[in-house]
Amino acid sequence: MTAFERVQAARAKGRATSLDFIRRLFDGFLEMHGDRRFGDDRAIIAGLATLGGQPVTVIGIEKGHDARERALRNFGCAAPEGYRKALRQMRLAEKFGRPVVCLIDTSGAQCADGAEERGQGLAIAENLMEMSALRMPIISLLIGEGGSGGALALAVADEVWILENAVYSVISPEGCASILWKDGKRAAEAAEALQMTAQDLLRQGVVDRVLPENDELYDELKRDLADALARLKRLSPTELVNRRYSKYR
Amino acid sequence: MIFKKPKNALESERKDEKAQIIADAPEVEPQAEPLRCPRCLKSVSPTELETTHGVCPLCRNHFPMSPRERIALLADRDTFEERDADVLSANVLNFPDYDKKLAEAREASGEPDAVVTGTCRVAGREVAVFAMNPAFMMGSMGYAVGEKLTRLFELAAERSLPVVGYTASGGARMQEGMTALLQMAKTSAAVRRHGDLGNLYVCVLTDPTTGGVTASFAMQGDIILAEPFARIAFAGPRVIEQTTRRKLPQGFQSAEFLLEHGFVDQIVDRRRQRQYIAELLRLHAREVLQ
Repeated sequence: MTAFERVQAARAKGRATSLDFIRRLFDGFLEMHGDRRFGDDRAIIAGLATLGGQPVTVIGIEKGHDARERALRNFGCAAPEGYRKALRQMRLAEKFGRPVVCLIDTSGAQCADGAEERGQGLAIAENLMEMSALRMPIISLLIGEGGSGGALALAVADEVWILENAVYSVISPEGCASILWKDGKRAAEAAEALQMTAQDLLRQGVVDRVLPENDELYDELKRDLADALARLKRLSPTELVNRRYSKYR
Repeated sequence: MIFKKPKNALESERKDEKAQIIADAPEVEPQAEPLRCPRCLKSVSPTELETTHGVCPLCRNHFPMSPRERIALLADRDTFEERDADVLSANVLNFPDYDKKLAEAREASGEPDAVVTGTCRVAGREVAVFAMNPAFMMGSMGYAVGEKLTRLFELAAERSLPVVGYTASGGARMQEGMTALLQMAKTSAAVRRHGDLGNLYVCVLTDPTTGGVTASFAMQGDIILAEPFARIAFAGPRVIEQTTRRKLPQGFQSAEFLLEHGFVDQIVDRRRQRQYIAELLRLHAREVLQ
């Protein structure tokens, strides 16, 4: 597959979204709404669940499947209150000793006047800073599109995993082509140049693991997420934070 | 003199730009080519701009400033010691035309990349300082910018120094791909560590501060100042207008807009910044707090 075919696969209608993963991987998900500041961003889902018998905090960016859901979820483009909801849940996770799993699928953070007025830049900046120092394990899983700062805002983690047809990039290939070559139609070329496929990212050391999209995917994820979180939880909070600092250093 | 001075504002707004620029030039400085202020559209003499540190005497527009000019304006004379000038970005992705663009930017600016870092004294107090260069590939952040800033915050943490920084950036440098994006995480972690040790970080947002820089260290200052009229944004206005299909109001994403919405502590004219920052440093100095 070419890089752009991977991008198209990551965006394809019918691809499993965060809610699908939440249903398949976790038991008894209890959704928690709102950032306690402004509102509840439906592009980000957060809550509590059980994984392998252990309580965990789950945060996912949700695109929705049909037109109605997609509109409700703003196509998976999160607003500042979405990132603040996620941060609030991560702080509670730290307080109550629950590891965090983040599911990422977004073309990017919401790009709108309201998002700017409520501090989109600040919301992402705070997540990056707070996640870097969170004294609880975090695993981020890229399940579809990983669009720039809007994806990174949930991907400062102890381990970053990616599905084989998911992508992660500093800018969309269309955006890159339109800025550099004034021609959004050269997106396929830009996708190649950006080296944004799972395989490229593994080679660059940006992700720790690529998961094949086969029938065993959910079983494998369920087992390996639980194992990895248990392993990370055995580290002292200081060791954990130092290790995370070195990972991004 | 061939051209007479305009009698009034209306007359000075005529379309004949060339004539007007000459007409508005101060007679005492015939050798200095006048500049047109992009904000008030009046012409100002470069000599006068030098005395105002690049602030338009008519409308207070703040002209772009190089990192070394900024540091010179802040630092006590001859106290700046540059660090990590040898940290360079490379074309690791073999991205088309990046080598050429990087070489051109280096040639044009005489600088290796879009940030200058080091230590200096401000009214006698030692600080770690950084200043970004909006003219170097739009001040974009790639490996060199992220690494120099991270090293600066680490040095400041080790030596218990405050950090004073001037931001100006179009965001992450796309030619470096994910390496550029991950600089946001790296710098944020370093800012956090520096702050966790009780150290002060004062950030001055200058025109333009956008994208990945806004979404990382620009918004992480303990105290965030901004220059008048600076554009401060996450997403640029053109992208927002394309997405929402609505026209944005005048002054959207200006420093004044951000102040009104609670995202910056104060707007400080460039000519008052040194004194203002010196006072902030004094108020946070450990011997003052004890």
